[in-house]
Amino acid sequence: MNWKRATIAAATAAPVIGLFAWGLTRDPNNIPSPLPGRQAPAFALAVFSPGQGGLMRPVGETMRLSDLRGKVVVLNFWASWCLACRDEHSALSQVAQTYEGKPVQFLGVLYNDVPDKGRAWISEMGGQSYPSVDDPGARVAIDYGLYGVPETFFLDANGRVAFKNTGPVSPGMVRLKVDSLMAAAQAANVSAPAVATPAKDSSTPNAKTGSPK
Amino acid sequence: MIRLLASNAILVALAVTALGAILTPLAIHRGRRDWLMLSYAAVYTNFVLVTVATLALVWGLVSHDFSISYVAQVGSRATPTFYTVISLWGALEGSIVFWAWVLGMYAAAVVWFNRKREGNLVPYAAMTLLVVALFFHILLLGPANPFQPVFPVPFDGPGPNPLLQNHILMGVHPPLLYLGYVGMTVPFAFAMGAMFSGEVASDDWARITRRWTLVAWAFLTAAIIAGMWWSYEVLGWGGYWAWDPVENASFIPWLTATAYLHSVIVQERRGMLKLWNLNLMVGTFVLTILGTFLTRSGIISSVHAFTQGTIGYYFLGFIALVLLVTLVMVAGNSDKLGSDGRLDAPLSRETVFLLQNMLFTVFMFTVLIGTLFPLVAEAARGVKVSVGTPFFNRMSIPIMVALLFLMGVGPALPWRKGAGPELKGKLIPGVIVGVLVGVAALVAGARNAYSVLAFVFAGFALGVNVEEFVRGANARVKAHGEGWLTALMRLISGNRRRYGGYVSHIGVVLVAFGVAASSTFKSEQEATLKPGESLTVSGHTVRFKSAWMREEKQRQVVGATMEVMDGNRVVGTIEPRMNYYPTSAQPVPTPQARSLLTGDMYMNLMAFRQDGSNVTVKLIWEPLVPWIWFGGYVVCLGAIIAMWPTRERTAVRVESAAPSAPRLSEGQA
Amino acid sequence: MTNVHSPKRAVRSLAAVFSLAAAISLAASAAAAQAPALPGAPASAPQDSGALRVQVQGTLTDAQKNDATLESATKSVASQLRCPVCQGLSIQDSPSELSQQMRTVVKEQLAAGKSQEQVKDYFISKYGEWILLEPQAHGFNVLIYAIPALLVVGGAIFIVFIVKKWTAAGPVAAGAEVNADDD
Repeated sequence: MNWKRATIAAATAAPVIGLFAWGLTRDPNNIPSPLPGRQAPAFALAVFSPGQGGLMRPVGETMRLSDLRGKVVVLNFWASWCLACRDEHSALSQVAQTYEGKPVQFLGVLYNDVPDKGRAWISEMGGQSYPSVDDPGARVAIDYGLYGVPETFFLDANGRVAFKNTGPVSPGMVRLKVDSLMAAAQAANVSAPAVATPAKDSSTPNAKTGSPK
Repeated sequence: MIRLLASNAILVALAVTALGAILTPLAIHRGRRDWLMLSYAAVYTNFVLVTVATLALVWGLVSHDFSISYVAQVGSRATPTFYTVISLWGALEGSIVFWAWVLGMYAAAVVWFNRKREGNLVPYAAMTLLVVALFFHILLLGPANPFQPVFPVPFDGPGPNPLLQNHILMGVHPPLLYLGYVGMTVPFAFAMGAMFSGEVASDDWARITRRWTLVAWAFLTAAIIAGMWWSYEVLGWGGYWAWDPVENASFIPWLTATAYLHSVIVQERRGMLKLWNLNLMVGTFVLTILGTFLTRSGIISSVHAFTQGTIGYYFLGFIALVLLVTLVMVAGNSDKLGSDGRLDAPLSRETVFLLQNMLFTVFMFTVLIGTLFPLVAEAARGVKVSVGTPFFNRMSIPIMVALLFLMGVGPALPWRKGAGPELKGKLIPGVIVGVLVGVAALVAGARNAYSVLAFVFAGFALGVNVEEFVRGANARVKAHGEGWLTALMRLISGNRRRYGGYVSHIGVVLVAFGVAASSTFKSEQEATLKPGESLTVSGHTVRFKSAWMREEKQRQVVGATMEVMDGNRVVGTIEPRMNYYPTSAQPVPTPQARSLLTGDMYMNLMAFRQDGSNVTVKLIWEPLVPWIWFGGYVVCLGAIIAMWPTRERTAVRVESAAPSAPRLSEGQA
Repeated sequence: MTNVHSPKRAVRSLAAVFSLAAAISLAASAAAAQAPALPGAPASAPQDSGALRVQVQGTLTDAQKNDATLESATKSVASQLRCPVCQGLSIQDSPSELSQQMRTVVKEQLAAGKSQEQVKDYFISKYGEWILLEPQAHGFNVLIYAIPALLVVGGAIFIVFIVKKWTAAGPVAAGAEVNADDD
């Protein structure tokens, strides 16, 4: 046996094993989105399911992201054929109700589905407190870099993507994100109203009016 | 009851393999060769026990014994019996059981055929086989245990993954793959045995396992082709190879094994390349384990991301052990494997073999690096990247084109010597065929340089390899006055290994034609049709007749009947379908192809109106794709010719080789 | 070695090879004649066999009107983008709904005058580098292209070296071969 060569050869295995060991701690299917931290892609989508009570928006109204400036936006992509969407539905619907009257907008976006099926699904699931819009051709979904459903985006009051969640959300997590984004908006508003929003988006009047007094 | 029987069989098998493996070095060091019989007995016993466990699992599946965790996971009362039986390899645990069984079978067979052989090579090879088997038993008792109790016992199960019960090829591809993959353990075990026993300088390990390697290679080749076919028939995108990690995992060891099959000829004839061949064979085994690790551990995202659990860590441990032991043994023994090569002239067949081996090795590294790169990039840059078809095609097409060229040059060149006067005569037919095929490709509209070169070199290789048969048969006709066909048959049977190799080459050429034509001339069109409307792609017309729906036991099927038109005449039908399984939200597309000599009319049902008033279908013209499947058969036929035992030659070999050599001929059984 | 210059056998083998070549070429050209000419192929190809003909009554007439360059540019970009809901397929190859929609987006952006690079950049900005099926060849990613290239060069140099060494070692003594036949 040539032990010198054997030792050198054996040493070459170490980085390979190390790489694999590290790799086992990673999830290859978890692809981080480049969107958080960036301005959220604009959209203008028509409401097909109005929601309930104070959160209601008339069917056919066009929801624009630019009109929601100053509000925290929770954008939930879903579909009637999506099994995991069933898991998060009631939690999301109930949490949304608790923010009624606050500067928060929950919005469902129907993904690769037809509004009729979406409506049937909503009534089967016992209603949806917030409105849902249709996204024909999945344009907005692609703009948001969607991989599948459900995916939920949390946008801050300045229209920036703060956080993206892949898969069903938990009520606690939604509350945590929404509360912290609301708090941040409030703090920014109180301490430095002049800093405000980036140049290209600061033209929207709603940025001030929609924020808490 | 069955569950306990199977569980205990695996448990006992674990003990038996462990004891057998420990016994081997003890017996050799104590000089107690009689103990070795016990170690061999462990190999046979292991096979019996694993067979019991496998049969028990199959029985559990067939009898819908949902108290067994694996049956509860993949079984269903509605699944047809055929798919119930083959769901043995439909999920992780069952596939490991099947693996252990195939390994047990190979080990028992190879030890049985070599049991009377003197020396320490076979005992150490048996020990290596036992250690590998031991690892799989550990998996079966740990992270991949299919025999866990289920309570309360469910009345029914979800059934196998819809994709795996949608086509009959699922019953063919996986067993072939395991037979090929696991078969590579045999030459590996003998290579390790040679090093453990210090007999590495002799070529015995390579000679004993020659046919075993060929058998495993033939199975692996057939498995890869069957996998391509399955992907083509089931996945509905009209392609057969997507460079998915799971495809790469089967292809990477195939590349090193193919290189080995060629370079081992140089070792046998000229006594050269011993160290290189040892590396190739040990590497092939390591790559099979690595490939299994990559696709089973969930470390890389892939089509068959089998359930992920702790199994990755077990595999990692085993890879670490195997890498460590093989690297130490091969590097430590490298001194003994020097060979003094001699050549009369640089341009000889040996040189072509070297180039061919280099290209196969680079090919292997390219695919391996491409497959692992997402992991490496994430470790180095923290960014997820993808490595897919565009990369692999860009890198591998030049290599494949060069290999086609070498496949034409190699058989024409003599051993040792440089190009003799007969070289021209051997090359001319190839050049003629190559030019003709190239011109045909150009006329047909091929403009990509590599595509044209692929046609030219495939034609060239075809001409040269066919010429070998023609020349040899002609010589026999002249020398013995035989009829031409008789002469051809006797030529082949007189040197099966050589001419079997050439038959395989011709099969590879057919595959190359199919791949080159389908990637150059494929055309497709999607259309929404009302009944009576037709769609034409590349001169092939189909007319939509009707859409229909039917209930089957385990699924609901929606289909469209498309009539194949020749002018106004209906010459056949194609029925693309969508299969709806209760366990899956999305339908499983079930394309159908109508095969002609010149290609496939491949149809996929994309969408349909509930009332059947229209359907959206895709028609793809897939030129020469059937040649790929046929070429695959020819490659395997070549391998069968090459491994078929030759009586006269076996008799000759007895004098020169070790006493057990004649038994080799039975080894392919 | 056998005598290869016997005219009769040479003729016979040539005839055999020729007929085979003719059969192959016939089959290949028959297959190919029905295939569409690649975009930009010279018009010398027979008109009838070259063009992709779609005859669908009623709908789809705009498919015929579509600009061939836009189609091929769309195909080129779509082949390089990874389908987010499949495993490793491009959005060109994938039959999934999202892939079809992404192809539409690609086509629209190209039609609006964006370059292929700009369309790819759009998708990278939405999905990250992951969306590219082939890593961009700069920075660390160069390795994946460089390693195979270096291996070929290194391997070729090594082969030249070893063949020179073996040739220099001199001719093989008669009968020195371990095994005279191929079997």
